Parts: sequence; C-alpha cells; structure tokens
Amino acid sequence: MFWKKKENNQQLIQIDILPKRDTKIIALAGNPNTGKSTIFNRLTGLKQHTGNWPGKTVTRAEGTFEIQDEEYTLIDLPGTYSLLSTSEDEEIARDFILFGNPDATVIVCDASVLERNLNLAFQIMQITNRCILCVNLIDEAKRKGIEIDKETLERELGIPVVLTNARSGEGIEELKEIIYQISNRIIKPTPRKIQHKKEIQEKLNQLVPLIEKAFPGLYASEWIALRLLEGDTKIRKAIEQGNLLELINKGLSNGNGELK
Amino acid sequence: MTKKLSELKRGEKGMIVNVNLNGLTRRRLLDLGFIPGTVISVVFESPLGDPVAYLVRDTIIALRKDESEKIEVELIN
Repeated sequence: MFWKKKENNQQLIQIDILPKRDTKIIALAGNPNTGKSTIFNRLTGLKQHTGNWPGKTVTRAEGTFEIQDEEYTLIDLPGTYSLLSTSEDEEIARDFILFGNPDATVIVCDASVLERNLNLAFQIMQITNRCILCVNLIDEAKRKGIEIDKETLERELGIPVVLTNARSGEGIEELKEIIYQISNRIIKPTPRKIQHKKEIQEKLNQLVPLIEKAFPGLYASEWIALRLLEGDTKIRKAIEQGNLLELINKGLSNGNGELK
Repeated sequence: MTKKLSELKRGEKGMIVNVNLNGLTRRRLLDLGFIPGTVISVVFESPLGDPVAYLVRDTIIALRKDESEKIEVELIN
C-alpha cells in the first residue's frame, strides 16, 4: 500500500507498530488457513478469534509473550499466497514483511500441502535471513499418510524447521527456543537464494547499490530492484514520490522507541 | 489432448500444461498454485457459468473466463 496516496495514511498508521521499548518483533506469516492464529494464541495466551476458513485475519493482531524473562511482540499477519499482493489484507502482510524489519519471521505452513506453501516461504527467504519454517497441522498430515522429513527440509531451505500441532501445543516450546535463538542472533540461518539469470544479476548489481544509496537501511532493496526490472509502475511511482522512504523510516523506527 | 481450462467440465480432471499469460496476472496465477504439472478439476460453476471454482493444490479458487481460457490443460483420467 506504500504506493497509494495520502488518503491511505490511515492504513499506514494501521500497519505501523508501536511496541514497548526493547521488545523484539516477531512476525507470523503464511498462506491463508494454515493455523497462524492458533499459533499466535498458543504463544501469547490470548484468545484471538480462530476459525477454519481462509481470510479470517484481515487486519493485523498483536500480542506479547516471554521467553526467558524477555518480552517479545508477536504480529499475526493476514494469510497471503504471495508477496506480490493484489488485495488489501495481503498488502498488510506484504508491507510488514518488507518494511517492518522483524527480528524473526515465522513462516507457518500446512504440512498437508507443503509444496503450495513453499512458494511464499521462498519469497520471504529472499528478503530476510532471519526466518523459521513452522510446519503446522502435522497431526492432520499424519492422518493423510504424509510425513515431513525435517532434516532434509532444513538442508534444502537453509533455515530452521519446526514441526508443530498448534492445537495440542506440540512443538511450541521448540518454536519458542528457535525464535529466541534467531532474534538474539545466536543462530544465523542462510536461506537458499534464487539464482538469477546472468543478465538479470548484472542489472541487479547496478540497481541495488543505487537503491540502497537512495533509501539507506532498506533491507528489501533487491526485491525492489526486481520489481523495477519487471516494470512494476506502482513501485516506480512509490520511489519517485518518496513514499517508499516514508514507510521504510516507519519500519526502521520499530523497536528504537523513536516514534512520535 | 489439450484444451482450455475454461472448457474443462465437471467430473473431468486436467493437468495444467501452459499458462499463456504475462506479467502480474501470470505471477498471480502461479502464486495461487496454477503451475504447469498441477492437477486441476472443476468444483462449482456460477449460474451464468462465469466465474468457475477450481480445486487446485487442495484449495478452491475461482477464476473468470478471461483467465481460465488462457490456461491450457491436458485431460487425464
């Protein structure tokens, strides 16, 4: 939504987060109907409404939880299939992942349809190294005769994988432990990056430094560069109008306690 | 035998062989799971026959004819 004009400032405020000083920010992302809200409730002890239909979380919910006496803010994002979103609730998720600069992003997947879910996982892995794949609903998958090979997944993706059944609480302690390790930089995942064609990579090498110079601190600069190469007029407009900068600044001030 | 996804009938199963679209629409369809090699079937049809809901990778997604006629499928039994 960063390319929309002033009338949407209200929404920009909505996606802006005002955490307490010194809390780490953890984002929960994933396809629709993968159990993100159930995981959210498990971690925070809150009773955010859950339901078995896609598109239930249309705005962002947030709550806090503690690991080893340290407070974390957890952001439950609306489900999305892609970071190239078309609908408003998907944009909330997309903008937060791109500009919210979370300390860790938990990508929640449905174990029964892992392949479909890995599309979004891959897109997120291109933007942030600090991510965890949470393969949820393993009980249901087991009933369908599907077993998840955690070690192979971890090796192929380059990020930690946790198998959970959020409804019963299985795997939640392990998830917490990994959130702790990633957000405190104890483990530094090295997600598998997409190899671009030579011509594209050459263009990226030219573009990315320019974008980083114009928008210091933007960690999604390669993503922006790729959209520009694709000829995405909305992104181009956002850069020209400087809205992009506005949003990045908002994202960067998360956790610094410097918001007005 | 290949045909357009829009010609797929209820009860038939097809495998996507081609998504003849460009740019963002193509990306969007790929993101939603309309990827070559994927098995697809018709779940519901709206009263006027457009849009149609398809089962693709365990999710029901409705497409308008504008899109579904640009997706090529191969009939499988």
